[in-house]
Amino acid sequence: MSTRVVLDPTGELEPVERALSQRPPSLEGARIALLDISKARGDVFLDRLEEVLVERGLEVQRYSKPTFTKPAPIDLRHEIATQCDVVIEALAD
Amino acid sequence: MTPAADGIVAVVWEGCPTCQLVAPVIEQLVASGAISVLHREETDSGLEASYRLGVDTVPTLIRGSERIVGWSRDAWEKFTAVPGLGVGIPDYRPGCGSRTQEPGVVDELAERFGAEMLTARRVVLAPLEDEMEALFDRGWTDGLPVVPPTAARVMRMLAGTTRAPDEVVAVVPPDLVDATVEKVAINAVMAGCKPEYLPIVLAAVEAACTDSFNGHGLLATTYFSGPVVIVNGPLARAVGMNGGGNALGQGNRANATIGRALQLVIRNVGGGKPGGVDRATLGNPGKYSFCFAEDEDGSPWESLSVERGFSPEATTVTLFAGEGPRGIVDQLSRTPESLARSLAAGLQSVAHPKLVLGFDAVLVVSPEHARVFAEGGWDKARLRKELFELLTRPGAELIRGAGGITEGLPEAFKDAALPKFRPDGLLIVHAGGRAGLFSSIIGGWVNGETGSQPVTMEVKA
Repeated sequence: MSTRVVLDPTGELEPVERALSQRPPSLEGARIALLDISKARGDVFLDRLEEVLVERGLEVQRYSKPTFTKPAPIDLRHEIATQCDVVIEALAD
Repeated sequence: MTPAADGIVAVVWEGCPTCQLVAPVIEQLVASGAISVLHREETDSGLEASYRLGVDTVPTLIRGSERIVGWSRDAWEKFTAVPGLGVGIPDYRPGCGSRTQEPGVVDELAERFGAEMLTARRVVLAPLEDEMEALFDRGWTDGLPVVPPTAARVMRMLAGTTRAPDEVVAVVPPDLVDATVEKVAINAVMAGCKPEYLPIVLAAVEAACTDSFNGHGLLATTYFSGPVVIVNGPLARAVGMNGGGNALGQGNRANATIGRALQLVIRNVGGGKPGGVDRATLGNPGKYSFCFAEDEDGSPWESLSVERGFSPEATTVTLFAGEGPRGIVDQLSRTPESLARSLAAGLQSVAHPKLVLGFDAVLVVSPEHARVFAEGGWDKARLRKELFELLTRPGAELIRGAGGITEGLPEAFKDAALPKFRPDGLLIVHAGGRAGLFSSIIGGWVNGETGSQPVTMEVKA
């Protein structure tokens, strides 16, 4: 018996999954987070991105997860959510 | 050989000695066409067919609405219209339990085939989510953990009622959403109910959502109150509800989970949550669950539900918009007259000693107090009448400013004599342990048309 699927106990007026945020129409004026998940060479990719973005006069903040094997700690997520409008994440090797 | 009537369906299982015994008979009847469809439970398709046919014993022969189970030569010959069956085998052998009834298999089949009838949205938990935490995260709990409502558990819960899963039980405030039997069952699973409690939960939901009970107003009020469920009748005893020691307290699964299931339905189906439409200033702990049975067997009086017009054989729920219970101590009175005065003094304080007629109350009389009334020859009507008189006070004591208290009635009531409760505003029930010269008061919320009317409803299977 799987408990990984449950039946919705609600009136089903709300979507089960939260909708993705709208993509911003442009990066103009947006505070940008560059998140390194600590995968190998993610920093190389993000360093280059930072250069490009800063050249365009945009504000960039760098963050990194302690380890790619676990979800981002809640404090980190909170920090990014309160300090930035947009996140660019370097996901793969 | 005489051909049998058309359309016999047979269900057998190779693990059953009786099925093995009658195997040659089955073979003969299939060959002759008397049995038109044969389902073998050892196969997946046979097991599914058996489940869908509701077979609980093998062998079973089915034709239309008729069925016979086990092996009996006479019955089989009559049913199939084929004479001379099973030469050399015993005349009679009882059947075996169907594979569909085996522990584990029941749940598996319910999930595989039965759950098709369930229409609630399936919510897939993410691989890294803890399943208990996931239900908290979705806002589905009352603050305590809930049982994850899997399809198998909901199917088991639905076995507790004969009502169809898609039947609408009530329109639940505040969102005014249809609560189907299935949705109530899902919340009953989460609350921790056993299937046999479901009929009581369904009746409680229905009663709570009536216009006269006014579940919306009760939810939305800043007042303390929430739904109190008082259960009467044989089903309360059969499912093990507590009307005895600690009846208003913790520790009895039926009491705890039936009341909780109602609150979860209001929260989840109706969308009524604290901070949302629930605007309670303080609330009360009974808003997790406040449900108990009346102790009818030990009572000297007719039960609450009989008083309210139901048969003693009926199981009923009475919904009352109540706050938390408070105690009244009187360990010295040995006459009904004296004890009634003590109870009246306590009842005077419901809501506010100077506010009358606007709030109902439930008086829960414990066995030791009830004994004083019984020995003094007071029936329930007498107690209520005496209380009514004891609780009638001059308006001059109740008006604003009287006693140095600004709260009170408008000046216009100065010359009236006013009873504390309206004539049907005091519900009296018998519950509690055998020791303790205490009774309890459950104060009500605003009563009548502007507030809530106690509602009693019969529990259906």
